[in-house]
Amino acid sequence: MAEAESASRPSGSFPKQVLYCGVCSLPSEYCEFGGTTKKCEEWLLQADPELHGRLYSQDAIEANMAALSVDAQKRAEKDAQKKAAKAEAAAAREQEKKATSKVVIKRVERNKRKFVTEVTGLEAHGLDLKKVAKDFGKKFATGSSVTKMPGGGEAITVQGDVSDDIYDYLVEIYPGIPEDNVECVEDKKKKGG
Amino acid sequence: MFKKDVTPGAKTKVKSSAQRGIRAKVTETYPLLEPYIDDILPKKEQLDLVKLPDRVSLYALGTTPLFFQHMDDALLPHLALVHKYPACFARVRIDRGAIRFVLSGAALMAPGLTSAGGRLPDPSVADEDEYAYGKEDLPAGAVVVVEAEGKENACMVGVLKMGTKDIKEKKKGAALEAGHYLGDGLWRLSLD
Repeated sequence: MAEAESASRPSGSFPKQVLYCGVCSLPSEYCEFGGTTKKCEEWLLQADPELHGRLYSQDAIEANMAALSVDAQKRAEKDAQKKAAKAEAAAAREQEKKATSKVVIKRVERNKRKFVTEVTGLEAHGLDLKKVAKDFGKKFATGSSVTKMPGGGEAITVQGDVSDDIYDYLVEIYPGIPEDNVECVEDKKKKGG
Repeated sequence: MFKKDVTPGAKTKVKSSAQRGIRAKVTETYPLLEPYIDDILPKKEQLDLVKLPDRVSLYALGTTPLFFQHMDDALLPHLALVHKYPACFARVRIDRGAIRFVLSGAALMAPGLTSAGGRLPDPSVADEDEYAYGKEDLPAGAVVVVEAEGKENACMVGVLKMGTKDIKEKKKGAALEAGHYLGDGLWRLSLD
């Protein structure tokens, strides 16, 4: 009912829909201040060519420039460059971290024939451990939780031996994680402990 | 206020009585929003309260943030909401040169508002004029949406530190402090 009501409302223009950039999340017209302008521009060209034409045409850029004094322009230019460099460096660092960080799936013997599976290193790939843990629990129908490791940091502990399944699942569901970086190891308890 | 990334705390459901209170408060502070209040805060929907650091609480409907509030201060609209209903708030405008400072989290200084590209409410300007940004001078403490020269959408929300009349007279000092701007921690916060 509520939908019908809002649809029949005459004023039309509200709520206004704003297109947010897929790269920097700002409204597209603010991309030029974000530091990732280049990428944003490419993204917009894909998403909304019409708006792209309006925002990045020669006229628009010149009009923007005219509004500022020469001195201020120079400063803004310098600032923008610095910001862009910073953003680029951050992106590169992120990439590097992603490429090097490993996801380790460890099978830990709990009680002779019983195992738990510990997954570490997922957070480096930008995943929310709590949510992934919930997903594991749902997928494998077992208990799954985020636990603190003794050495600091957090791991996902899944009850039962599901290391191979987790391997397949991770590779399949999260394409952001390179398969080579996922590793299965077995951890046996020392005898006579 | 949200220069750093914010990590959301506990998400709790708002009691329906409290929800009514919020509704009343919103319509009181932003009378222009009243025609749309049923779209923004439907009566039957369950509102969520998300706790943010520094005693800020954020009211959200599902995954869309609506209003935030520091302790018991005024309810401030989230920028996504402002973008949807731009004409429903008291507005000012800054010149182009100030945008980059605002977007990097600086306090908004008066010259950005008083220069040629900036706009403040002015009683002497006619209604039909495109420069119309309201006639009434706003007192210090009023919630304003800051728009930018040459841009359609607002870039900042905050509380005036100086009345607009003072700003026009002094043309110096901070006009707005610790607001919510595009690209800050609150803006990037995802609720899901």
